[in-house]
Amino acid sequence: MSYSSQVSFTINGESRVLDVDNRTTLLDALREHLHLTGTKKGCDHGQCGACTVIIDGRRVNSCLTLAVMHEGDAITTIEGLGKPGDLHPMQAAFVKHDGFQCGYCTPGQICSSVAVLEEIKANIPSHVTADLTAATTVTEVEIRERMSGNLCRCGAYSNIVEAIVEAAGTRA
Amino acid sequence: MQFDTPATTNPIDQLTIVGQSIPRIDGELKTTGKAIYAYEWDEENIAYGHPVGSAIAKGRITSMDVSAARNADGVLAVVTTLDVGKREKGKQNTANLFGGDEVQHYHQAIAVVVAETFEQARAAAALVKVDYAEEKGVFDLSEAMKTAVKPKDAGGAPPDTAVGDFDAAFETAPVSLEETYTTPDQSHSMMEPHASLATWDGDELTLWTSSQMIDWWRTDLATTLGIDKEKIHLKSPYIGGGFGGKLFLRADAVLAAFAAKAVKRPVKVALPRPFLVNNTTHRPATIQRIRIGAERDGTITAIAHESWSGDQPDGQLETAVMQTRLLYAGKNRMTAMRLAELHLPEGNAMRAPGEAPGLMALEIAIDEMAEKLGLDPVEFRILNDTQVDPEKPERPFSHRDLVGCLKRGAEQFGWSTRGKPGTRREGDWLIGTGVAAALRNNLLVPSAARVRLDQDGVVTVETDMTDIGTGSYTIIAQTAAEMMGLPMDRVKVRLGDSRFPVSAGSGGQFGANCSTSGVYAACVKLREAVIQTLGFNASEVVFENGTVRSGTRSVPLAGVAGPDGLSAEDTIEWAELSDSHQQSTFGAHFVEVGVDIATGESRVRRMLAVCASGRILNPITARSQVIGAMTMGVGLALSEELAVDTRRGFFVNHDLASYEVPVHADIPHQEVIFMDETDPISSPMKAKGIGELGLCGVSAAIANAIHNATGVRLRHYPMTLDKLLGGLPALS
Amino acid sequence: MRAFTYERAASVESAAKSAAANDKAKFIAGGTNLLDLMKLEIETPTHLIDVNGLGLDTIEPTSDGRLRIGAMVRNTDLASNETVRRDYGLLSRALVAGASGQLRNKATTAGNLLQRTRCPYFYDTNQPCNKRQPGSGCSALGGFSRQHAVLGSSEACIATYPGDMAIAMRALDAVVETVKPEGATRSIPIAEFHRLPGDTPQIETALEAGEIITAVTLPAPIGGQHIYRKVRDRASYAFALVSVAAVIQPDGSGRVAVGGVAHKPWRVEAAEAELPKGAKAAASILLADARPTDQNRFKVDLVERTLGAVLREARG
Repeated sequence: MSYSSQVSFTINGESRVLDVDNRTTLLDALREHLHLTGTKKGCDHGQCGACTVIIDGRRVNSCLTLAVMHEGDAITTIEGLGKPGDLHPMQAAFVKHDGFQCGYCTPGQICSSVAVLEEIKANIPSHVTADLTAATTVTEVEIRERMSGNLCRCGAYSNIVEAIVEAAGTRA
Repeated sequence: MQFDTPATTNPIDQLTIVGQSIPRIDGELKTTGKAIYAYEWDEENIAYGHPVGSAIAKGRITSMDVSAARNADGVLAVVTTLDVGKREKGKQNTANLFGGDEVQHYHQAIAVVVAETFEQARAAAALVKVDYAEEKGVFDLSEAMKTAVKPKDAGGAPPDTAVGDFDAAFETAPVSLEETYTTPDQSHSMMEPHASLATWDGDELTLWTSSQMIDWWRTDLATTLGIDKEKIHLKSPYIGGGFGGKLFLRADAVLAAFAAKAVKRPVKVALPRPFLVNNTTHRPATIQRIRIGAERDGTITAIAHESWSGDQPDGQLETAVMQTRLLYAGKNRMTAMRLAELHLPEGNAMRAPGEAPGLMALEIAIDEMAEKLGLDPVEFRILNDTQVDPEKPERPFSHRDLVGCLKRGAEQFGWSTRGKPGTRREGDWLIGTGVAAALRNNLLVPSAARVRLDQDGVVTVETDMTDIGTGSYTIIAQTAAEMMGLPMDRVKVRLGDSRFPVSAGSGGQFGANCSTSGVYAACVKLREAVIQTLGFNASEVVFENGTVRSGTRSVPLAGVAGPDGLSAEDTIEWAELSDSHQQSTFGAHFVEVGVDIATGESRVRRMLAVCASGRILNPITARSQVIGAMTMGVGLALSEELAVDTRRGFFVNHDLASYEVPVHADIPHQEVIFMDETDPISSPMKAKGIGELGLCGVSAAIANAIHNATGVRLRHYPMTLDKLLGGLPALS
Repeated sequence: MRAFTYERAASVESAAKSAAANDKAKFIAGGTNLLDLMKLEIETPTHLIDVNGLGLDTIEPTSDGRLRIGAMVRNTDLASNETVRRDYGLLSRALVAGASGQLRNKATTAGNLLQRTRCPYFYDTNQPCNKRQPGSGCSALGGFSRQHAVLGSSEACIATYPGDMAIAMRALDAVVETVKPEGATRSIPIAEFHRLPGDTPQIETALEAGEIITAVTLPAPIGGQHIYRKVRDRASYAFALVSVAAVIQPDGSGRVAVGGVAHKPWRVEAAEAELPKGAKAAASILLADARPTDQNRFKVDLVERTLGAVLREARG
């Protein structure tokens, strides 16, 4: 058997085939092989959330998963959400509410935010969900708990929550 | 431009663009992942460097066996600290970054392994075998403080000051307090790890890096590499946070430079996260003794603040008493700082060095004193306000509105409803509120900029200023737009490049005021050049709406410059105004906490900061600086502590899972009020710093709120539940 | 991270066989703990067997009223499952108290059971650690030990099991189902699944070489109030200092398992008999053999107080 493998997946709607060292994380495949550097490496150990991407609709830490494990998956990164001049509503809300400062955790925060609203819609509970048998709702407390896997050392949290609340409203 | 007399009316006062809430001009790039950080620059044929860190805290390397690493798959080179030998140290560094056989602290860089891929470099780095002759070190501040000494210097100030007769006044004061407070070692923990990409062209080095201070890095890198500074081109246009951790040259830059030289290819090196805490710098722990004496009416008659901290040999103090020299009146006073030798990693500046830990202690002491006096802590602070430097009464503050901040904050926060300690409860939550004053000095550093007007009427600003999340891009564009009478979209800003004029850089909350003043100075010259080109009478010229107007003549700015453009460059330099006047920024923090009556978990429920720091250049970015600092203050109050292993001499919790910075769920909605003020003695912008003020006092306000909630007085940070449990009521 | 070969297992049997054939092989499911440890060379497998494609990702009731949870069911899916939310709320609560949304989307039921300690000395390969390198010593003893075990520890190791899910499963009397390389199946009660450190802290579970977890089954619902209380320094995304998983019946009887205090979920059935008398009585038995360090002595008090809060919440 070999120490490297071929893997094919779609990134932001585009099919990609890569030959990777088995050790290559999805994060490093994105950044170093595909030059999609919008996804950030903050800790490389699942402790900060800067590397958050959306795989088949679910947010994951791309640093703690191997590229080779994503055969056939559909991956969305920050570059797939919107572009300068053509922002995703969540990106626009982050700009409007100044939901970032240095910008390094920002792509992860935004990918996470987009997925969080879907999780609430899908009735996935969180630690602060009062009634496990009722439908989950978009509240500031829910957003704060669900976004807690995305650290922001600049401390933009208060503004990020405002951005997400606004994006949740405009989305409906 | 020499700034030697207080500012009078100037074009900035129009406030058509400066002072307006304009969203960040780099916002679209940052939210779409298109802002490029150090590790992300694309070069042909990049190789990957991975550092190796010392496994011991102190001693010497007796031998290194790199054969296994060198023979590993994909490895191009292994460069060891023995290979490069002892280097001349950069002026700003205390411990060596790389070179020589001496080990000064845990995880000090001792090798870099270069390979074709990141995975190969990381794997091979683990194969480097090292033999050490370990030496005994000193790692426990509480022990080392006994042999601490008075250093020559405390960041440009004397380590000790005294006015009047403190001992006598304290002895005879009818009400007095004497307590000891401690703050732990703290980590910057910025989200982007230190990273550099080095590429050599002959004897010239280009380095993409993550630096708050371009010129300091360039100078110290030249020293460390032993090359001419002019041979280094340093670029750092986007920085993923710094907080002081990227002020000074770090090992990633040195390793990348040596590695790239060795393999004759571009090499990039990022410090792995578990490496960051012990390899780089941190804010040193402090032990602080505070004594306050007052009359029964609350007038402070005696105040003393002493602080002990430790650092590597030839290191620096954490100047935790500085604010006590300025914050409150009191005829008899003394401050003193002592430095112990420790062999932990290098201690150095972290956001609001000195004032942040100093106020964590002082503002608890003030709260305790108010309680002893039976005074409201807001009233007690107002009672002891001073409009002059209390150590040098002939020296007034340039502008000081601490009282205004306290009054405005108390009103906004609903302070008057505050109850006695331990009396407010909602379910299982004990609720309390706390207040603290904030003071952070306004530092002034020369700052240069170059501005160029092109044929199309677009102005480009170039300065080596950095934007570490502070909003430099935006406020610099606002400054140039205001000065040249242009809309924002006619201004381009280029930052973080050593080929641009040397700026103040980002540190000490001086960046915004100083760098925009530098841009102001350059724009004054550009305006003169435009006026001269047009042959206008300088005294009547107005720059507005993209035109230059003089009397009835009005000319569009586009077209004034020929194909070569019109350029101007200048430096703002600061004269004696800071000697004659004490320049500081002020604030008041109000906090509400809930403490779980069973578990002692403290959670912040409400936060308000009121800031008096001169003109606010952009309320959006300034507010973000303040809420970010408030967030950091929550961490410093409740969870952040680098745990020292005093046997082995290192910080044990060296990752982001075990060093707990605040998460979303820890932070409520935060409110910020800026006092409407200007400070013409500060700069032509009439602005002052804001980025560190927001951190000053926050943690003490939280501590005071915990006391109000529970009746338990904590004096040792962080205020984790284990320290509270014993004082909470027994559960039935 | 050392180089490794990689295979996607086609069946449980082939996965187990492949693992048995190579003592440096590891199964990988969510990977959220294993890859973290591999990057630090705390785990150094030379072969990874990807078990994600084995179809072990369903949650189904059994004919006798139990609930069978596939080994590869993601934490998010388990916490969100309607039956779990209704009948085993404790488990749902414990799951969402752990990690972050991103990690729960990847982490699996089996992987979560197998997650390794967060002892910072275990995590630093320059430091002696009997769990990582048997015989090298325990750095946490006499070192930084605030988060460490107060119960069931040994001279060789004072690490804790860091998870949340397993604490709830312990209170619910879950059973771990496995397949051995030769094809034999086992049902391991969760009480016997995790081990105390003793002299061999490197051996953390009852699993044998190559044995693969296929499912966890929960006994029929037992009703009662389901409460999971996790105590931590920051409000979210943090490991427990102490956690209490409780099912309390209207008559005050119930079950309690405690996390953050030992090398395994801690449950003492004799202590549960005292629950109707209150937290103090129950905690005194639960914590009878506590051997804290100076830095984690607070956990003893904290368990009792947290249990008190849980019982009060159950009373409503």
